[in-house]
Amino acid sequence: MKTKLTARVIRQETLSDDIYSMWIQADAIAKEAVPGQFISVYTRDKSRILPRPISLCEVDAERGRLRVVYRIAGAGTGEFSTYQAGDRIEVLGPLGNGFPLDAVQGRRALLIGGGIGIPPMLELARRLPGEKQAVLGYRNTQFLREDLEQYAKVYVATEDGSAGTRGTVLDAIREEGIQADVIYACGPTPMLRAVKAYAQENGIACWISMEERMACGVGACLACVCQSTEVDDHSHVHNKRICKDGPVFAAGEVDL
Amino acid sequence: MNTKVTLAGVELKNPVMTASGTFGSGVEYSEFVDLNRLGAVVTKGVANVPWPGNPTPRVAEVYGGMLNAIGLQNPGIDVFVKRDIPFLKQFDTKIIVNVCGRTTEDYLEVVERLGDEPVDLLEINISCPNVKEGGIAFGQDPKAVEAITREVRRHAKQPVIMKLSPNVTDITVMAKAAEAGGADALSLINTLTGMKIDINRRTFALANRTGGFSGPAVKPVAVRMVYQTANAVRIPVIGMGGITTAEDAVEFLMAGATAVSVGTANFFNPYATVEIADGIERFMAEHGVEDIRELIGCVK
Repeated sequence: MKTKLTARVIRQETLSDDIYSMWIQADAIAKEAVPGQFISVYTRDKSRILPRPISLCEVDAERGRLRVVYRIAGAGTGEFSTYQAGDRIEVLGPLGNGFPLDAVQGRRALLIGGGIGIPPMLELARRLPGEKQAVLGYRNTQFLREDLEQYAKVYVATEDGSAGTRGTVLDAIREEGIQADVIYACGPTPMLRAVKAYAQENGIACWISMEERMACGVGACLACVCQSTEVDDHSHVHNKRICKDGPVFAAGEVDL
Repeated sequence: MNTKVTLAGVELKNPVMTASGTFGSGVEYSEFVDLNRLGAVVTKGVANVPWPGNPTPRVAEVYGGMLNAIGLQNPGIDVFVKRDIPFLKQFDTKIIVNVCGRTTEDYLEVVERLGDEPVDLLEINISCPNVKEGGIAFGQDPKAVEAITREVRRHAKQPVIMKLSPNVTDITVMAKAAEAGGADALSLINTLTGMKIDINRRTFALANRTGGFSGPAVKPVAVRMVYQTANAVRIPVIGMGGITTAEDAVEFLMAGATAVSVGTANFFNPYATVEIADGIERFMAEHGVEDIRELIGCVK
């Protein structure tokens, strides 16, 4: 069940210049959350009325804790970055559908994260059974790499060539000759578009997690739609709600 | 304590309704609130055929509020009648269907389809700022307001609420035109047309360039327009615009609204509608108000 609650910040740390990692105590949400889902986080400054949707990076169901790793994109996330242990924070969740874990069925999974699309790959890697590889794409500074290495064989691509393959996640996949049967991806739209095309060319099952400007986060306002390839069952037009029908879609379901 | 109000002959258990477009048809928010606690659910606008709406981004945050340009995406009346009305019928609340269209014929087709459905009231959206062809084109010219109201009234089996645009010089001119056309009630305000520019990307924040401004920041404008309208017409007025708390709702009642709608507040507090209904009762108890009707238009 979706719940809005007042969570408590357990700790916060900086992962790079503008990337922060925050653990919060949010029992009712952590109990139910699955990889690929997100929470709406509310600012204390009431001049900013809309929640910020942030993907779940880790879920500790036993201790009722959630980890979010986010980039400072504006004043709202800037406010979040000032929170310290013990601070209170309003959150709503768990929201969205999550990645289908049973899609692997013992086959080789490839997790692809680009930039701030990397965080949801950590909880996915933790819960996904079987052999896992991950390709992480960065502009330059790496984050969450060591966390991912606990669960998957990790490859890196950087735009400036400071680590791993110089170029995109696709360049890394080709350079390293990475083979997979199922792809899970989250990142900027151009990356998702390239990943979708790659998966289609190679007959690989592919799931992508998308984002868009949101208001309600629960499927009512129809702000965060994406284009669906077929007429959608709910909207009866070529639109799907990212917050409710997604954020994870089979790549073939959506036009990017 | 009496919290019941009557709107065009329809009795609501309390004056708290949802604002069209912020609450879908109630399915999503029924996970958070008991719809039985609401005076009425006002649905998202429905047209004769499915509408895809505008490109994204469709929303942007602004100081104390937001802009939206959804573009009246809706699944069309056929799906609405089959899926959404049966859902809402499970609850002990009134059903108000918001109707949108591009032409008079579009509106009439929907209104006629709803004639034999278990719908309590119709709200006619002649004020959406985000679609070029319809909506606002009808809402900014008093002759057009009166004409479409008269046509809808002639074809409707349920009482008709005309939803007015605040994007006019004098709201009372439009209110009187709707009343002259036979409207049974008025609702206002729809959103104020706004714009936001993303200075880093040097482009518009919304794909539609302009969008409807709503949220706590618009409340004073809405209260003023509700007050002016309630004092200009004899038919009941439904007040909305930035209502976030029970105190906000009481303010609209005192300005002359018979009922109130909660809109953007749902987005930042999914429990807002029921919290406001409870809070109005608390306000009445604390202030020794026996009958909510004592509050309606009590400030002159």
